[in-house]
Amino acid sequence: MLFFTLEELKELYLNVIKIGEALLDSRGIFWEATQLTLALTAVSIFIAIFIGLFFALLKISNIKPLEYVANIYIFIVRGTPLIVQIFVFYYGLTEIAMISGFWSATLGLAFHNGAYIAEIFRGSIQSIGKGQSEAGRSLGMNRSQTMTRIILPQAFRRALPPLGNQFIIGLKDSSLAAFIGLAELFGVATTMGANSFDYMTWLLVSAVWYLVLVLLLTLIVGAIEKKMAVSD
Amino acid sequence: MSENKEMIRVEKLNKSFGDLHVLKDIDFTVNESEVVVLIGASGSGKSTMLRCLNFLELKNDGKILIKGKETDPKKDDLNKVRQRVGMVFQHFNLFPHKTVLENVIEAPIQVKKLKKAQAIEEGKKLLAKVGLADKADEYPARLSGGQKQRVAIARSLAMKPEIMLFDEPTSALDPELVGEVLATMKELAQEGMTMVVVTHEMGFAREVADKVVYMHDGRIVEVGEPNELFDNPKEVRTQEFLSSIL
Repeated sequence: MLFFTLEELKELYLNVIKIGEALLDSRGIFWEATQLTLALTAVSIFIAIFIGLFFALLKISNIKPLEYVANIYIFIVRGTPLIVQIFVFYYGLTEIAMISGFWSATLGLAFHNGAYIAEIFRGSIQSIGKGQSEAGRSLGMNRSQTMTRIILPQAFRRALPPLGNQFIIGLKDSSLAAFIGLAELFGVATTMGANSFDYMTWLLVSAVWYLVLVLLLTLIVGAIEKKMAVSD
Repeated sequence: MSENKEMIRVEKLNKSFGDLHVLKDIDFTVNESEVVVLIGASGSGKSTMLRCLNFLELKNDGKILIKGKETDPKKDDLNKVRQRVGMVFQHFNLFPHKTVLENVIEAPIQVKKLKKAQAIEEGKKLLAKVGLADKADEYPARLSGGQKQRVAIARSLAMKPEIMLFDEPTSALDPELVGEVLATMKELAQEGMTMVVVTHEMGFAREVADKVVYMHDGRIVEVGEPNELFDNPKEVRTQEFLSSIL
């Protein structure tokens, strides 16, 4: 009644062992690559949060030209593949300035994630009831005080679950930086694969690293959500 | 009490939302320490009227004078005016991410640049005044509706307003919680606060109001002292409204 023959099971077992050994043996070089992946992700998401907040505020500004600017930005980002955006940043930026591959990729990723984060922030800001800003205004607070003290703290909390999701997407999308020559996780995996003629092993090794990183990120976002839920 | 000192004067106030003409040639005055209650069916414009008084809604036409000074939303700093005119909302609108005390001290610190220690001291006094000293560190989600509304009143008072507006302050409350909020408001009235109250609580109007204003279809139909207006309404519309609710 077995789905596999004994022979096949043995082969599967050996393969798992092999990947496990590869994972251990290569931990030094993959740890280096992981640090690059984390740096790409963290810096690009950090910048993207500011880009996102900026364009979200443009979108809700009720000033038509500013709304158009935000809409065009979001349209371009959502309408073109990330890999195209990264290459445009890579070739475009290196044309006009001395800029490293790391910064081309980081800025490309920030530009890309910023659009999605802008929509997340816009939605969460608009989900805060009108009564909140009226309460702030009725106490004599001005527009920016009401926004920064009353609306944004609540909106940010509501944005956390979708933001966490976007961070995870950003982390995995950073793998595209390999195509402009960065030795981050996916880049190292393909190089190792090419050198050993064994792509599968090294891609799976990188997949394990990605899984661990996503797991950690999920736990961190979950902890922040829990911490911010004290007022419920 | 200087009965004649005018706090609010409204002249020929008109307000429309698109094609809907909500306030039509409203004239009325509120003197210092007076409690004016606005009554009328829903849709009669009483809440809009109230919201015009602290410029949450902007008039289309007419004049609004606060303490004799006309306010022009285009030129004047409305934030300054709003500091003097407090407002309590039907749905409380407490800041859910802040504790009760933080709700109360937020505006004094941000707007009046009060020192935090002083704001806390004053805030605690106000919470004690509305009977919620023990709830200072709770979040609003933990409070009952009546407690929330009393915090909202304390929050408004923290700005030391000269006028308080109440927009159906007890309409969202369970019946058994209405009393505590009305008691707080009554206390405030007795201390001489100038108040404009939109409410369906006719008992409160009768007991506390100096003047009752009946509105219908965007117009003021009748103004009078509570006994006079409730017991001997002159206008047919007022009679009909009162007989429909009593």
